[in-house]
Amino acid sequence: MVELALPKNSQVGQGKTWPVPSGGRLKEFQIYRWNPDNGQNPAMDSYTVDLDECGPMVLDAMIKIKNEIDPTLTFRRSCREGICGSCAMNIDGTNTLACTKGIDEVNGPVKIYPLPHMPVVKDLVPDMTRFYAQHRSIEPWLKTVSPEPQREWAQSKGDREKLDGLYECILCACCSTSCPSYWWNGERYLGPAILLQAYRWLIDSRDEATGERLDNLEDPFRLYRCHTIMNCSKACPKGLNPARSIAEIKKLMVERRV
Amino acid sequence: MSLRTPLGKVRGLGSAKSGTDHWWMQRVTAIANIPLVICVMGIVISLTGADHAAVIARLGHPIVTIVLLAFILSITWHMRLGMQVVIEDYVHGEGRKIACLLANAFFCAVIAIAGVFAVLKLGFGA
Repeated sequence: MVELALPKNSQVGQGKTWPVPSGGRLKEFQIYRWNPDNGQNPAMDSYTVDLDECGPMVLDAMIKIKNEIDPTLTFRRSCREGICGSCAMNIDGTNTLACTKGIDEVNGPVKIYPLPHMPVVKDLVPDMTRFYAQHRSIEPWLKTVSPEPQREWAQSKGDREKLDGLYECILCACCSTSCPSYWWNGERYLGPAILLQAYRWLIDSRDEATGERLDNLEDPFRLYRCHTIMNCSKACPKGLNPARSIAEIKKLMVERRV
Repeated sequence: MSLRTPLGKVRGLGSAKSGTDHWWMQRVTAIANIPLVICVMGIVISLTGADHAAVIARLGHPIVTIVLLAFILSITWHMRLGMQVVIEDYVHGEGRKIACLLANAFFCAVIAIAGVFAVLKLGFGA
């Protein structure tokens, strides 16, 4: 059945409270810590940062913590400007990118957890293996039958515009890991991020494999686990609408039979 | 521990190539339920305080019988489809899931048959 409580070895305890700096504008960060090597349960460590000596984003504070307070704090980050998707995590109860989430958007202590319902490698680093395999399973590349043109595959401006709101997806997995259907059936349901990517190829005017792509998606679990809960569209840090993409795929499924 | 590749696990048994009928019929029965439920509510409310003979006479009217039959079939069909989704969402473990799906199908069928039987009995005045 559905897991409503965490298994015993995953229950989160109280962790270490790190020294509080004196003076300045202080902000507390409560961060999920788990180390696979010490056999302990996860715990919430408390760090306090002087905001006068820190950049404005949550990621700035995390980098400051790692540099100056606790070098063992583990998280992914790369571009620090919302384009790589590495620093996706659960901040103040919402999945988002640490690099585009302002510290001043959070009232009280900033609580940071890894993306929900993903296996944790360490601290805030989730194991994305299955998510990437699901992306690969929808064959996210142009598939054609016609002979290759001498130059590029042509596309009208109007058809190109259909990809707006889709190509911007950075595969950070904030949406998929906010979806209860993906939590309960993530091994069979593709989840909003992958379905948005699937739709991006379904409506690409240059692609000639639309029917095969729909065949591949037509499944009670792969597609139809979506019950329009809409957490995906609420969570997306890029302001995209995965729920709409899924609805459009469902419409295509009906369109090809009526 | 499985040494199967992640892509192998995701591709799994492949697409079932079904699910659209289920999704579509859930919408069709939902739309049908709107007028049917309103009609049945109207019928029930209009019989408030009526005696036994009046109720039998009203429910035995051919149009009322047809509305009630459509209502029972649409509701129980919708009920089965909806509950099936809930079971597939939350009940994991193949044995338990199949048992629940069977119980759901049988329960809805029994409700439908009993309802249809009762309405026909009234309609044909047995």
